[in-house]
Amino acid sequence: MKLLDKFAPLATLRNDLLKHGTLPFGVVTERILSPTEGIVEGRKTILAGTNNYLGLTFAPECVEAGRQALADEGTGTTGSRMANGTYGAHAALEQELAEFFDREHALVFTTGFLATMGMVSTLAGKGDVLLIDADSHASIYDGCRLSGAEVIRFRHNDPADLEKRLRRLGDRSGNTLVVAEGLYSMLGDQAPLADIVAIKNKYGACLLLDEAHSMGVFGTRGRGLAEALGVDDNVDFIVGTFSKSLGSVGGFCVSNRPELELIRMAARSYIFTASPTPSVVASTRAALRLIHDHPELRERLWNNSRRLYDALSRAGFRLGPQPGPVVAVFVDDPTRAVAWWHQLLEQGVYVNLVIPPATPSTSCLLRCSISAAHTTEQVNQIAEAFVSLLSQRKAAGSAV
Amino acid sequence: MATYDECLKIVRDVLGDQLEPGKTAGEKDALVADLGMGSLQMLELVVEIEDLLDISLPLNQLPEVQTVEDFARMLESLSGGSSA
Repeated sequence: MKLLDKFAPLATLRNDLLKHGTLPFGVVTERILSPTEGIVEGRKTILAGTNNYLGLTFAPECVEAGRQALADEGTGTTGSRMANGTYGAHAALEQELAEFFDREHALVFTTGFLATMGMVSTLAGKGDVLLIDADSHASIYDGCRLSGAEVIRFRHNDPADLEKRLRRLGDRSGNTLVVAEGLYSMLGDQAPLADIVAIKNKYGACLLLDEAHSMGVFGTRGRGLAEALGVDDNVDFIVGTFSKSLGSVGGFCVSNRPELELIRMAARSYIFTASPTPSVVASTRAALRLIHDHPELRERLWNNSRRLYDALSRAGFRLGPQPGPVVAVFVDDPTRAVAWWHQLLEQGVYVNLVIPPATPSTSCLLRCSISAAHTTEQVNQIAEAFVSLLSQRKAAGSAV
Repeated sequence: MATYDECLKIVRDVLGDQLEPGKTAGEKDALVADLGMGSLQMLELVVEIEDLLDISLPLNQLPEVQTVEDFARMLESLSGGSSA
């Protein structure tokens, strides 16, 4: 087998998908109009697959802060945080993140992926154990590979299975980092965090919680699921991203553990990459203030999310287990999933098409992510576009 | 502590419940190429054997497992057994 032969199955998949028209992976938004609308294939399209949960990408405060930083501090830092890439604004953002989460220490990374992968791969090493939820994000799995630690999976969102595996580790549970996510990005289900915290405390393990999809979404201050469930103080490390609720790009870790400061000198994904640009840092700081000052954004997000979840549920679609800003529609037949994705786009609605093995089962997903910036009318349009898929099937003579 | 033969029997028994009726798992069979196991079926196989033996199989070792024999050898090594 030659070097590049391994890509042949991907070429086949790509060609099959192209037979239906636009490739669903890597759709070009020809012009972005607002947090919830863009021009795709020449049509005005409602964006319902962007993770822009609070709709802050066009917030005037964030845009203006970015513009000002661009003018004052230039287009990029051209260096790592470890070298010349730490400006005053990077340090200020870390201070503000620590205050936001009521933690002693904060670290800013260049992307959320680098934050999670870097923390997982650096906290656990040879001789340690990483005990991760089976449905973990790719950044967690990649961190595991790089760590050199023994990696064990527990059944998704199953505290009893987690406990069983900690018990089996015996004395090694003290050398174990449990890894879970607040909100799982594919199905939108929430971690049973109170149980996970109680179990990791019982066995003396550490917990790293990824709040990438839950920061800004849960909690009275918008800190995430740990805050909402009142277990904030029992989470050892929280990682997250700036590219969802905060509307920019970047990642972070916060903790009360003083060792977090030493991670600056140990995490390769922190050391060997250029730091976030000044405009990104400035926009993120402005967004963090907005999350703090405007809890009504969360209320709007949840109202929109429930509206879509209830409408699709009433229409008979099989959905992820819990209402929330990620509304995942299961479609068992891959051909139908691709066809429905195209029909939605033709009706001016963009959602994410997810196919196995990126999904947690053998089904495909039409994954919607809802924003506080969606209007009620837009949410209704998204729901109507889905319902019309069923009507077209009925008209074509297939059973629903 | 389990011998190789005991581990092989466990793997074949659990596989027997998962494979299509009439299909049996031979020692040299490749799990994916010969037995048609998908990634989710592999996950179920691992979980069932873990529960049966009350052990956790490290994810790092699973990519090395290509055949029924590889699986049995891994179990034997984790349980501290010796070849029969």
